[in-house]
Amino acid sequence: MIPLDELKIGEQAEIETIETDKLPLKLIEMGCLPGSSISLIQNAPFNDPLYIKIDESHLAIRKETAKDIFVRLID
Amino acid sequence: MSKSLNIALLGNPNTGKTSVFNALTGLSQKVGNYPGITVEKKEGICKLNRTTKGHVLDLPGTYSLNASSMDESVVIELLLNRKSKDFPDVAVVVTDVENLKRNLLLFTQVKDLGIPTLLVINMADQMKRKGITLDIPVLEKAIDTKIAMVSTRENKGLQELKQLIINYRELSTTATISIDSIDEEYFKNLEKIFPNQSLYKLWLVITQDVNFAKIDRKRVSDATDFKTESPSNLKRLQQKETVKRYQFINNVLKQGLRVDREAATDLRSRFDRVLIHKFWGYIIFFVVLMTIFQSIFSWSSIPQDFIDNSFASLSQVLGEKLPAGVFTDLLTQGIVPGLGGIVIFIPQIAFLFFFISILEETGYMSRVVFLMDRGLRRFGLSGKSVIPLISGTACAIPAVMATRNIENWKERLITILVTPFTTCSARLPVYAILIALVIPEDSVFGLSYKGLMLMFLYLVGFGTALLAAWILSKTLDIQSKSYFVVEMPNYKLPLLKNVGITVWEKTRTFVTEAGKVILAISILLWIMASYGPGKDFNQAEQIVQENYPELNETDLEIKTNAYKLEHSYIGILGKTVEPVISPLGYDWKIGIALISSFAAREVFVGTLATIYSVESDSEDTIKNRMASEVRADGSPLFNFASGVSLMLFYAFAMQCMSTLAVVRKETNSWKWPMVQLFGMTLLAYLVAFSTYQILA
Repeated sequence: MIPLDELKIGEQAEIETIETDKLPLKLIEMGCLPGSSISLIQNAPFNDPLYIKIDESHLAIRKETAKDIFVRLID
Repeated sequence: MSKSLNIALLGNPNTGKTSVFNALTGLSQKVGNYPGITVEKKEGICKLNRTTKGHVLDLPGTYSLNASSMDESVVIELLLNRKSKDFPDVAVVVTDVENLKRNLLLFTQVKDLGIPTLLVINMADQMKRKGITLDIPVLEKAIDTKIAMVSTRENKGLQELKQLIINYRELSTTATISIDSIDEEYFKNLEKIFPNQSLYKLWLVITQDVNFAKIDRKRVSDATDFKTESPSNLKRLQQKETVKRYQFINNVLKQGLRVDREAATDLRSRFDRVLIHKFWGYIIFFVVLMTIFQSIFSWSSIPQDFIDNSFASLSQVLGEKLPAGVFTDLLTQGIVPGLGGIVIFIPQIAFLFFFISILEETGYMSRVVFLMDRGLRRFGLSGKSVIPLISGTACAIPAVMATRNIENWKERLITILVTPFTTCSARLPVYAILIALVIPEDSVFGLSYKGLMLMFLYLVGFGTALLAAWILSKTLDIQSKSYFVVEMPNYKLPLLKNVGITVWEKTRTFVTEAGKVILAISILLWIMASYGPGKDFNQAEQIVQENYPELNETDLEIKTNAYKLEHSYIGILGKTVEPVISPLGYDWKIGIALISSFAAREVFVGTLATIYSVESDSEDTIKNRMASEVRADGSPLFNFASGVSLMLFYAFAMQCMSTLAVVRKETNSWKWPMVQLFGMTLLAYLVAFSTYQILA
């Protein structure tokens, strides 16, 4: 299990757990929930913000938020 | 008698909700504000069939009913308030076929309020390309309502949607999930205290109060007293609710949605690879901005010259045809030149709104947010500040409102404070006419000096905004939790109809709003310029004749008019401020224009036009009159030094009452608009002063 900001471009992963108290409700409502599939599409310079795909949603979040999302790689 | 139905359009941002609204209502739209707040209220009329019409309300885009901004709380306010005259008979939730899962979250919440709720699946034309198949009858059964497949792009499915709306009474109002399954004990308690009330509504009221204290909600008794849970516990319950809803949705989609990824062709990643590339992304953004500003200046100059000439000849024709008198003077010297001063910049405003609306419609704006976030954070701003900063080039008022989706209060406040530095369209006519007067005609590398000067002024605006933001971020002591979530929508070809309606609506509102101010000010100015106290004004002709007995009749008249103007009420006012502004290179007439510009900057050109037409009776264009103004030593008043100094004054000074009013509303305090008014204007004075002293 790794924090989302360590995921590499193109790797497929699944959300394992989230820091419930820290993550904004908005992100959870947009589908950032344990069990959702997640991948990193692109990153901006300095790896921040991150352009991610959760299920069918394409979102950009900051690195500090990504540290509160833990994912498991699927091959 | 025809019937009228209240229809509320809801949906996540980027689902094409507004396209559906435009398709239903066309140009029968009205844009206003919700009472007391600055959230935009869009409504329109839609003919459903021969006997029924629909009153359609386009509610602000929202991801769920758990509001985190003022825009979103408007949605909940309306849906909870059965007594409101806008309360919907039927709610229409617009979803995007590619994002059904996330979009359905809002749908389940709206349906659980017991309002008849229809589902619109928009962008149905995209299905094949994305490899999506939907089993509509199965889905309709699973979510227990009717579904309309719509493609606003191909104009399909709207008749079916209208039919479903008419038959709204047949829709079920059963809830999708039972809210008490989230936490049985909590909801049992709630039911005990408030028997016979909808638990979901109570729950919404309680959770909204945590975030939004000021909302008025008498109808759901005193649910707010029911505070047995701490905010963090409530948040946990809200998360459980979200999980429950997603379980329901996953189950629905398992039955009725198939996605064949093999069949999907992906334009998105191909575009993204270039447009948000770590190097090329920034270059492209810069080129896009340059192109926009260059074209605004060069494309609009043709219609602008035409408008300027037309108004000049209109004044002339009216002056010749109408009987001489006070009314004719007011018309030809006050109203017509004043109106000309506003009509002249319709082309530029229309082009600006055209480009901004294209940037938004295509989905490119979100990419810019992504590109700029990291860089802007260094200045205490957010990537989302890009939208206010760019739309501030049209007008600071909507731009200040567009800061609402910045989640972090400190970043939002700083964005609000610095947005008025960006070059709004009201500054354009001032720049345009001064550039035309004082910047030489030549060009370098195919770029005209005039265009480059304009670009420089835009860059000065952005640069100062950034610098001010950086200073504010170091000095303001505000702790606020930061987070940042941006949706990256699909790339779309802009719908011409949407762009057209935006340009029309915004330009029209701008012209009528600014037009009222300008008309009032030009009448006031004309009166103040045509009357004056004492014998200097009333016996001007005699005094001039005595002083210059050798003059012939025409020269005498010119001299008299000038003498009169100088001793009119407005002349006295201008002369009073002259000592303050003469180190900046301005005379008392410019002083008058500066004063009246504090109502709104665009008044500048109209004011000068009115002053000059009162002074000389010849009907010439504004530009020619300005060019022929001379100083005491015979040199032109508008030369390079005074022109640049004046442009920089307008670049920095806070001269817009409407913006100040909006900032007061958005920050809920007089402190911040006053900081803007005095801080920016002082800066403007200092910069204009040093510029003139160096260049002159």
